[in-house]
Amino acid sequence: MSAKSVLAPSHSEDSTAIHASHVEVGFRDKAVWHDATFDVRRGEFTAVIGPNGAGKTTLFRLLLGLQRPSFGDIEVFGAPPRRGNRRIGYVPQRHTIDNETHVAADALVRLGAVGSRWGPGLSFRAQREAAAEALDAVGASELGSKSLGSLSGGELQRVFLAEAIVGNPEMLLLDEPLSNLDIRRSRELVEVVHHLVQSRHVTTLLVAHDINPLIECLDKVIYIANGNVATGPPEEVLTSRSLSELYGVPVEVLHDSRGNIVIVGGENPHEERAR
Amino acid sequence: MSFSWNIVTDLRDMWQYPFMRQAFEAGTIIAVVAGIIGYLVILRRSAFATHALGHVGFSGAAGAVLFGVNPVYGLLLFTMGGGTGMALLGRRAATRDIEIGTVLAFMLGLGLVFLSLYNGYATEAYSILFGDIEGVSAAAVLLTLEAGLVVLAVLALIYRPLLFSSLDEDVAEAKGLPMLALNLGFMLLLAVAISFAVQVVGVLLIFALMVTPAATAVQLTKRPLYALVVSVSVALFSIWTGLFIAWYEQYPPSFFIVTISFALYVVVRGGLALSHRLVRRGVSAPGRDATPGPESV
Repeated sequence: MSAKSVLAPSHSEDSTAIHASHVEVGFRDKAVWHDATFDVRRGEFTAVIGPNGAGKTTLFRLLLGLQRPSFGDIEVFGAPPRRGNRRIGYVPQRHTIDNETHVAADALVRLGAVGSRWGPGLSFRAQREAAAEALDAVGASELGSKSLGSLSGGELQRVFLAEAIVGNPEMLLLDEPLSNLDIRRSRELVEVVHHLVQSRHVTTLLVAHDINPLIECLDKVIYIANGNVATGPPEEVLTSRSLSELYGVPVEVLHDSRGNIVIVGGENPHEERAR
Repeated sequence: MSFSWNIVTDLRDMWQYPFMRQAFEAGTIIAVVAGIIGYLVILRRSAFATHALGHVGFSGAAGAVLFGVNPVYGLLLFTMGGGTGMALLGRRAATRDIEIGTVLAFMLGLGLVFLSLYNGYATEAYSILFGDIEGVSAAAVLLTLEAGLVVLAVLALIYRPLLFSSLDEDVAEAKGLPMLALNLGFMLLLAVAISFAVQVVGVLLIFALMVTPAATAVQLTKRPLYALVVSVSVALFSIWTGLFIAWYEQYPPSFFIVTISFALYVVVRGGLALSHRLVRRGVSAPGRDATPGPESV
């Protein structure tokens, strides 16, 4: 932190959304990943990529103040992360919602804005308008009156997104929103998110397995694998050399004729390392 | 006095008797509380936990009878203890049916021992198991009112965070809501509601009052506020009509209350299933190949 203030405190206060320096996180004495140093600037669209169990969600838990780093410093908008930060909108990873949930989607979106307030709430009209506006911003106006249990995976993700943006947060953390969607629905959702990033200048981190649906709109990639974290523009991080270094084994990054990326050789790095 | 179609005269007749007035009063308070709590029970998937807390309360009530204490205090002690235990084990604990069922059976057995040690065995057991709303005293009505007001006041205070944490636990937690305290608060409110609802339908039939009205309501509306109104209305209708009929028929009011609550549920579910089928048939009407439109995303 001291190094940062020497460098350019005012500049970083203005344009830095996340500042991480030599961060290590772990459960008990086992480090999930270590020595992560990176900045995310305001308004950037960043993908968090890596194999299962690499610690992508752990990064979100740090930013949300649900977990503390075991070493190093991390700052969100120039302050240590804290739980209940209203400047962050969060969509956790969810597999399903019970199809017996007979609750209208816009009731959930409304709770995104007022759900953490105590006492009886009576300002219905303002809430309803805010929810309608949020649903509209994700192209889901027609879903507001449908029950949550009846929505498809792609529809649910839009509703969750609306729930996250209804309080006009400055940062969005989206955990695996594409995981249950087919390619077409993935691309549609990415377009919605990209539109939000551009129209609202909201700093967005999106955890994904596959970089391909995202690659065209990304500003930055945080690649977590094998206990290491690499950060930078996609064209710098997603190279054979940088990923080989990250995984600690030879990895090859291939491009197909349409610009899709295939990463070969990095599977199960934890197991290989353990042997 | 026999039944006339003038309901007002009928009610005036039965309300001449204090025990009937008290039954309607206690029933009304409990219907409001049970209808509201029941909706949250459904959203939190704690229906079986609710059923089980009633059984846990049974041994408390039986123990209180044995020691010559008002059974409602035994109920409160045991249901609140059970509720606290479930809350401390985490939100998921209330959805674990095997563990809950194991404790439930044991508590019912414990209650049986307490009752067999007590001399007035049969009548006391009967009223705890199946309710005795016509036996509610004026003092009990007052206590019910006080408890009901406390439950509603606390509920008004924590309603939105509770609803939020019921629907979207992870986001509510990230927003800084105290999940353990909310869960504990809810289980305690549930425990109080159950302890007083036992006066109406008893521990064995508690489901019909704490869950069935809300289950009917969620079939009819997706709006949480409307669902609360419908749930309370169904509970009120079941209790009032049950008491009314029991005045003329020589069967226990619990039977009528439970039957009406059940009948409303069946009619609503059946009616909705039928209307869905009719709508579907209407869509694939003659002349068309019943090609479904493109699935919305």
